[in-house]
Amino acid sequence: MSQAGLGGAVGAIVKRDLLLAFRRRADLSTTVFFFIMVASLFPLGVGPEPGVLRAIAPGVLWVAALLSCLLSVGRVFTADYQDGVLEQMVLIPHPLIVMVLAKVFAHWLVSGLPVVLLSFLLGLQFGLEGDALAVLALSLLLGTPTLSLIGSIGAALTLGVRGSGMLVALLVLPLFIPVLIFGAGAVSSTVSGIGAEANLSLLGACLMVALPLAPWATAAAVRIAVE
Amino acid sequence: MSDSRVTWSKYSSLQALYPLAGRLIPWCAGAAVLFMAAGLYLGFFVAPTDFQQGEAYRIIFVHVPAAWMSMFLYVMMALWAGLGLGLKARPSFMMAQAIAPTGAIFTFLALLTGALWGKPTWGAWWVWDARLTSELILLFLYLGVMLLHASIDDLRRADRASALFALVGVVNVPIIYFSVRWWNTLHQGASVSMTAAPKMAATMLTAMLLMAIGFWLYSMAVILMRLRCVILERNSQPRWNQSAVEPGVKEIRA
Amino acid sequence: MKWGSLSEFLAMGGYGFYVWVSFGTTALCMVWEVLSLRRRGAMALRIESSEEGINHG
Repeated sequence: MSQAGLGGAVGAIVKRDLLLAFRRRADLSTTVFFFIMVASLFPLGVGPEPGVLRAIAPGVLWVAALLSCLLSVGRVFTADYQDGVLEQMVLIPHPLIVMVLAKVFAHWLVSGLPVVLLSFLLGLQFGLEGDALAVLALSLLLGTPTLSLIGSIGAALTLGVRGSGMLVALLVLPLFIPVLIFGAGAVSSTVSGIGAEANLSLLGACLMVALPLAPWATAAAVRIAVE
Repeated sequence: MSDSRVTWSKYSSLQALYPLAGRLIPWCAGAAVLFMAAGLYLGFFVAPTDFQQGEAYRIIFVHVPAAWMSMFLYVMMALWAGLGLGLKARPSFMMAQAIAPTGAIFTFLALLTGALWGKPTWGAWWVWDARLTSELILLFLYLGVMLLHASIDDLRRADRASALFALVGVVNVPIIYFSVRWWNTLHQGASVSMTAAPKMAATMLTAMLLMAIGFWLYSMAVILMRLRCVILERNSQPRWNQSAVEPGVKEIRA
Repeated sequence: MKWGSLSEFLAMGGYGFYVWVSFGTTALCMVWEVLSLRRRGAMALRIESSEEGINHG
């Protein structure tokens, strides 16, 4: 179990998941389009007053990002569970936590990163500019990995369960609340001129807490599902 | 229920637990009735009228104990769940499973009575305050634990998965509570002064404590009743347990 | 006794609705929980004794 072997395994998992994601481009674009659609529906529902839009933009964009993450995270392990790859991941000598982390990272690259990049565009739609746009992207950059990490726990717990989509939502959405609050808070405090440092640090703290704990819980849940 | 009618297949520890629970139930239930009766008497006939809130404050005699129980039972459930995961002990999982519905009911009651207290006191049924919001999240977590358990057919897996989720929840509740408080200070406009817990007369406090002890004893009785149901139901479903039980007979004693 | 009459007690200084719905729902939930558990226990016991011969025979 050399270091190189572990790194190689992680690289292989990330590469394989990315390849699978690009082969199933429909799934990939669904997540991204979902984010765009949800965010674009709000101005149509609320009305085009720039003041109102700027006020609701942080919350709306963050909720849209959160829902699009939820949409895809439930299936992180499904394919591997069905074709037995997950079972082998449990059996190989590399620590399962690292394997889980690699899969979560791949999920974030495919669903989190596009949201971060698109947020510039959607922020413009809502009349955000300058600092607020940058903080929006930065908060999503710090927050979406946490969402993927937490979401993976729900995905692993509901492996092979009937109606797992709704169940993942019920399990995971309450746990998303702190990230939503700090993320949207960072943007809205920038808009109102308070400064986003405190919210961004808390968002970073969430990531630092989730980074070691969530993969541990996910690995435990995978073991429970596979055994 | 006559215990002699049950034929015990393989759980020796459950065989002892079942009648033990049965013997404890009447004592807990009886004591619960006594404490609640005393609490209600003190709360309605001795405790003075609050000069700020009038008689509406009497709702706290059921609201505060229900809220306490909802949190206490969640921690208890998580403890049993953690114990079950750590020791691979089936009775611990059954205990966690027995606690969840009672905890959910108390959470629901805390929310409902909170709204009924809030309407006359603050003029609003619902306020996005940290305590209320956390209580709502707690209800979602209880429902998550119960639904997860119900939707996994393999009992052993259901036990362990829902136990793990209960533990994840117990780590998150303080974080959620803090984040909602933080959020509340940002949005001052919407928040109402919540420290309206009145300066309480000694009799008010005593009545509340009596009710809380009564609720606690009631929970014990009901949880033990549900534990007996769970034990019986699992005992008569060996087809689900078969695979899990054979290697695990020793685990059960833990 | 601090209440002059039964109707005064029931009125709760004008807050009767809020107070009695709170206490009433709590009582209802408790009674319902106990009754449903009794039914569940009796059902489990019935199944247990009827399946005895099949499972443990």
